[in-house]
Amino acid sequence: MKNWGFKISKPRVLDFDTANLDAYNRLIEKVPSAHRCLMCGACTATCTANLHTTFNFRNCHLMFRRGQFEGLAEELDKCMLCGKCKLVCPRGVNTRAIIYNLRIVLSDLNYKKIEL
Amino acid sequence: MNFHPFILPFSLGAIVLFAIIIYKYVSWIKKLDRKQKYFVNKNMFTFKTIQATGEVIREALIHRNIYKKNPVLGYMHMSLAFGWFLLIVVGKTESSFYAGTFFEEPWLAIFFRYFAREPHEYFMATQFTFIMDFLLLVVLSGVLLAIIKRMRSKFMGMKKATKHSTFDRIALSALWWIFPLRLLAESTTAAITGNGGFLTGSLGNLMSGLPVQALELPLWWAYSTVLFAFFVALPFSRYMHIPTEVILIFLRKWGATAGEQYSGLSDIQINACSRCGICIDACQLNFAADINNVQSVYFIRDTRYHNLTDDIANNCLLCGRCTEACPVGIETTLIRQQMRNKAEIPGKHYYDYADVPDCNSKPEVVYFAGCMSHLTPSIIISMKKIFDAAGVKYWFMDEEKGLCCGRPMRQQGFVQQSKDLISKNMRMIHSSGAKVLVTSCPICYKSFRDEYVLEIPVLHHTEYIEKLIDSGKLELKNSGKSIVYHDPCELGRGCNVYDAPRAVLKEIGELRTSELEKENSLCCGGSLSNSVIDLATQTKIRDHGLEVLTASKPDILATACPLCKKSLVHGNKVIVKDIAEIVAVNIVNKKQPKKVQTAKNMNEFEVSYK
Repeated sequence: MKNWGFKISKPRVLDFDTANLDAYNRLIEKVPSAHRCLMCGACTATCTANLHTTFNFRNCHLMFRRGQFEGLAEELDKCMLCGKCKLVCPRGVNTRAIIYNLRIVLSDLNYKKIEL
Repeated sequence: MNFHPFILPFSLGAIVLFAIIIYKYVSWIKKLDRKQKYFVNKNMFTFKTIQATGEVIREALIHRNIYKKNPVLGYMHMSLAFGWFLLIVVGKTESSFYAGTFFEEPWLAIFFRYFAREPHEYFMATQFTFIMDFLLLVVLSGVLLAIIKRMRSKFMGMKKATKHSTFDRIALSALWWIFPLRLLAESTTAAITGNGGFLTGSLGNLMSGLPVQALELPLWWAYSTVLFAFFVALPFSRYMHIPTEVILIFLRKWGATAGEQYSGLSDIQINACSRCGICIDACQLNFAADINNVQSVYFIRDTRYHNLTDDIANNCLLCGRCTEACPVGIETTLIRQQMRNKAEIPGKHYYDYADVPDCNSKPEVVYFAGCMSHLTPSIIISMKKIFDAAGVKYWFMDEEKGLCCGRPMRQQGFVQQSKDLISKNMRMIHSSGAKVLVTSCPICYKSFRDEYVLEIPVLHHTEYIEKLIDSGKLELKNSGKSIVYHDPCELGRGCNVYDAPRAVLKEIGELRTSELEKENSLCCGGSLSNSVIDLATQTKIRDHGLEVLTASKPDILATACPLCKKSLVHGNKVIVKDIAEIVAVNIVNKKQPKKVQTAKNMNEFEVSYK
């Protein structure tokens, strides 16, 4: 097929009956500043990983807020936790803590288990 | 045979205690990793063992480190530890003389006055009685100080004492009761038989009006029971530090070091914590932000009893002030790091998307600015200017498409991801063939030094600038400004670089000191290692730090870390500059350097961030 350089996005209709909105409330408990986010995208603009790939923290955060977890864990694995996003955030959101907690919540690995 | 049923609780307690301690020792030594075992085997029968014995006497008995911290606190620990130790040794000698053999009943020394009822009939009896009474007095003075410390810890130079768990309180009460009960029991016996010294004898005389015959046995029973309670509680309470500190000192002297994985040595370290609480006063989260449940003492306690939560493990700036303050020398931040470490998935790669460039030129120096420096572009511009002025051919490794050094990942415990980044960065550094790697960020610097395997030396830009000045490639003029230097945690306590930045600053201006410097310097609050606290708490830590740093009203607050600069600048209190920036505006032009694009006003100190 001819590649025209653009593609048709999948329709993204949010089904609030199946969306898991509770997870976001748990995140807010851990990182209360998360709800201050106004999705300006400054975090993505400064992102080190974003120089190399399409990793977009703003989008990840938005998807999580809407309860859409599909492919989110793999996407978050691209982050290097360098913390630039946290420093540029105009709203003082602890973006780095959001990524850290999302990783632990979304991962198949039992991160919390510490072998003694 | 000298026997009475009241010795049974003591004997049982002692057997239980020794059995548990031996079991614990064996299980820790089994858990040592290969490298640690290798060093133990190698150095066990060398001079180092004698040195370690000396250190055991200095630290575990005399408590020199605590004495340095506060003399009263030191005396309290010394009187209890060294006093009790001598009480056992002298008591044993005395009872051996009395029995005429070294192999008398083991409990005889402990309950000696009860069994040796005839006064002063063995060799040097009077002298022994005097010494034993004196030692008991010393220990009792320690107990008294301990009780005062519980009530008013400020008296011992400690602003906050540890909040103890119920179990620790039981063990503590048992310890406090041992010596008063011993005094009372010996005094009643002295009242009956007249075998007491200056202390027990006098107290016995005072007690002559009481029914001493009826009191004697219950008191000896109580003494024995309290000993039982303390011995049984000891291995499970904070007093486990007594037998553990000894083994820790030996292992340390033999050369065993803790790695990034939790090992037997970490087990020994967390058991060697006496929960004295000296780390609480050192912690900025305590005195600047009023967070009181995450300090190393609580973290280590939770780790030891296996109820550590993620929030406590992550709520730490990893600034290293507590490690510096710890009188036992426990590597608190390293253990926290070990506890944060997450599981690894074999064979998984995380950053295959990264398309990192190889170096095409043949530079002398590789310059790695680091992620944070990209947020403070003036540092990068200044470094470029310095390189050009010194005529150094450099390659700016992460100018366009850089990667993170991997340390932030590691600080959160994602070791595998960190290794992935390290291998990519190492390939870039090796591709350049340069002779030296210079970085502007202390976080990256620490990572390059400790976690990378590089064939070339790594320098922080302050060290590099110092070298340039020494070799005459860079000439600076004195600006006459007064400067206070803020030691970044990772550069100072992390990498022991204290002198290079100061040497550079002395060339440029008048270097003033601040109250907390070098090993005691404060964290700026911006530390990436803490993923729990919010911006408001960070601000409190920063403002407190700024207060201390600007006490002498300097013209400029200098630092050597882009992250510190970024945090401190927002305090709006003083002009904050990185050392590279200060150097760049004070270069004496020998030959015309290549024109470098600078931002407007970049050359002026008077740039205001307000």
